[in-house]
Order: sequence, then C-alpha cells, then structure tokens
Amino acid sequence: MKKRKVVIAVTGLNAIDNPGPGISVIRALKASKRFDCRIIGLSYESLEPGIYMHDLVDKTYQIPLPSAGIESLKTRMAYICSMEHPDVIIPNFDSELFNFIKISDALKSELGIHSFLPTLEQFESRQKNNLQAFGKKHKVTVPLTRILNSLQDIAALKPALNYPLMIKGKFYDASIVYSPDQAAVAFNRIASKWGLPVLAQEFVDGLELNVTALGDGEGNTLGAVAMRKQYVTDKGKAWSGISISDEKLMKLTRQIIKGTRWRGAMELELIKHSEKGYCLLEINPRFPAWVYLAVGCGQNHPEALVQLALGEKVPEFDSYDVGKLFIRYSYDMIVDLKEFEAISTSGEL
Amino acid sequence: MHIKKNLALSDTGFVFDPSTGNSYSTNPIGLKIIQDLKQGKNEQDILKGLASEYQASNETLEKDLMDFMSVLKKLQLSEQE
Repeated sequence: MKKRKVVIAVTGLNAIDNPGPGISVIRALKASKRFDCRIIGLSYESLEPGIYMHDLVDKTYQIPLPSAGIESLKTRMAYICSMEHPDVIIPNFDSELFNFIKISDALKSELGIHSFLPTLEQFESRQKNNLQAFGKKHKVTVPLTRILNSLQDIAALKPALNYPLMIKGKFYDASIVYSPDQAAVAFNRIASKWGLPVLAQEFVDGLELNVTALGDGEGNTLGAVAMRKQYVTDKGKAWSGISISDEKLMKLTRQIIKGTRWRGAMELELIKHSEKGYCLLEINPRFPAWVYLAVGCGQNHPEALVQLALGEKVPEFDSYDVGKLFIRYSYDMIVDLKEFEAISTSGEL
Repeated sequence: MHIKKNLALSDTGFVFDPSTGNSYSTNPIGLKIIQDLKQGKNEQDILKGLASEYQASNETLEKDLMDFMSVLKKLQLSEQE
C-alpha cells in the first residue's frame, strides 16, 4: 500500500522519568502502514528530549504555556501553520487539552488542522474532582474522594477517610500519606505546583491496571489494550508493563466509552481490589505514555486517531497480543549547543 | 482444583498468567502437575502418575502435591469457585 503523506503536530515531547506521551505517539505514527508522517513537535521547554530526536521529530516549535490562554495559542498555531501546514494535531497533556478543545473548531475551519478530541463536557466529566459523580453515573466503583481547598480541610477528612490515603494534584502528581502532617506537606507541595483544588482519595491496594483505548464518539470502542504495571518508578509511573487479557476489564472499558460516547483517546487507571473489584482511579483524556505497547500488541491507536481526525471510517480492532512487555530505558543524547540555542532563542529547531 | 485454563506454560517451566500479567518458574515436577491440572486430571490421577515416575512413598507424594496445590491457590492460579 502506498503511504499517504500527512503532517502531524504532536505535543508531549518530554520523554523524562515522568514522560509525556508524545514520543510514544510519534513512534506509533512512524510505524503506520497507511501514513508517511512528517512530525512537527510542539514543545514548552527547551530541554524536552523529543526536540532533539531528529529521527522521530522533523521540526519543533515552542508553543505558549497553557496559562497564557487561548488567543496566544491560536496566534502561535497560525504561525506554525503558515510554516508547516499540519493536517492533524495530537495534544498529549491534560493541562493543555482545555485550550486545544476550545480552539479545535477554529483550528479546523481557519487553519485546516484536524483533531479528534473529547468534547468539553466529556473532558470535564472525568476531572478528578468530578470522578466520584462520574462513577455514580456510569456505575463504576471510584474510591472515596474529597476536595481540599485549604489545609483546614485535611482535619475534616476523618472519619470518612482514614489513613493511609492519597493526596493528588488536579492534573498530575500523587502521594500516599499516613498522617495529617504528611497530608499537609503533600498538600502544600502539590498545590504550589499544580494549583487548587487538591484531592484526598481513599487508598486502595491491589493490582495496578491500565487500559489505553479509543472511542469513536458514537459510543463504540474502536480499540483497547489492558496493561499491568510491572515496574513502577518512585513517581508511580510504569517503567515496564505487560499486556494482559481481562475480559471483565474490557467490558468495563466498553461500558465507560458507551456511556460517555467518548471521542478520541483515553487511558483508564484502575486498581483491582480482591474484594471491591475494579476501582477507577483516573481517566486521562489522551493517550498514555505507554501507548506504543498497544502498537506492539497489534493495535495502532495513534494511527487510527489520525484516520478519525481526517474523517475516515476506522474498523474496530478485535484482538491484541497478550504477554507483550514494554521496558523503558534512559539514554543520553549528545546535543550541540547551537541546537539548544536555536530552540531557546528562536523557539524553533 | 481447577487451574486457570488460559495459563501459558512453556517446556522450560515458565508459567504466565495472562489475566494478571504475573509469571513464575517451576521445576519439571511442578510443570507436570500444572499440565495435568490443565488437562482436567484430578488429584488421584496426578498422584498415580507421580507414583509411577518417582520413587517416593504415597504419603510423601500426596503431601507434596497438596503443598504445591496450595501454592497454586495462594498465587490465584486456580479458577474462582
């Protein structure tokens, strides 16, 4: 099959110990049998490793931080479009998705950049502070969660929540704490980094399972691969994992996608508790950093997402290989100062 | 005892549970027992097979088989009753 040339803009180039999904997504796109992809990296900081991975990323442009707002993002995207004409954009950070969802129609109508993102309603419904209500609505067990807007709220956690419990940021970060003092330390650390509110969540012990999935926006699950974390870093990130076969988990995934009519990529983070069953910890509205495992298992979700973004019909993946592992590694690139200078001063490389 | 039907076994004694992602190594006797269980053999049939192959008293074989099966149960390699 002759590959079709497409230009795809991708964020999340921070392939660090708490990696963004960008590099995995790009590797999936490069493995596409349908598309010959030119990759435009979109970065926020000059030391995101993906900027310098020239075998994967053809050109990189810095974009404004999400806090700069929608207008500055639109302006920057218009400039990038004038230089590169991307066909599709795949944002990979929770914190940037709100802005990209907001401007997705304008990107398409004014700049011709397609995307396939969750709706704003879907995005908001799975926010950590809404997850309890989400669980109730979609009949999924969610650990008891309380919103913390100040240090004073920690004292009010008992008796509903007992220690140990999890203190979580609204976008990222989570710490297990064993006392109110530890909870206060975690609250201050997370609030200063990610803002308020912070969440306190019941700690559930069990098998850590994740699912990467793709919804067509009509209630159908086009693909889903379940993974069990095998090696977890001190930041709680999977450094290796293995694809597993769990029909109940697949059923739950299909139930969530059908109930929400989910549009685009998602990652489910769950704990399988010996008595409570599957407890949903988070729904990430994007591909996970381990999405390349799905490609290794026979389901190229990023390629399918590009097809969806371009308005093409995508058949459902009906199976995947079980027992495939991903194992991350760290790797030192040698980078010329001129490259660092270029991205730092001109915002392009 | 009903062992999980989807357990993957290799000749080297590597056992993979696809529903949890857990993997284990067992010796040739353990592998033989798991293979027998997968084939649906009961404890008495497995004991007969072991007795024909190993020079040990029935009591020893029975105790070792029960010990091994309790390990399999503990590792949640048996089907939920």
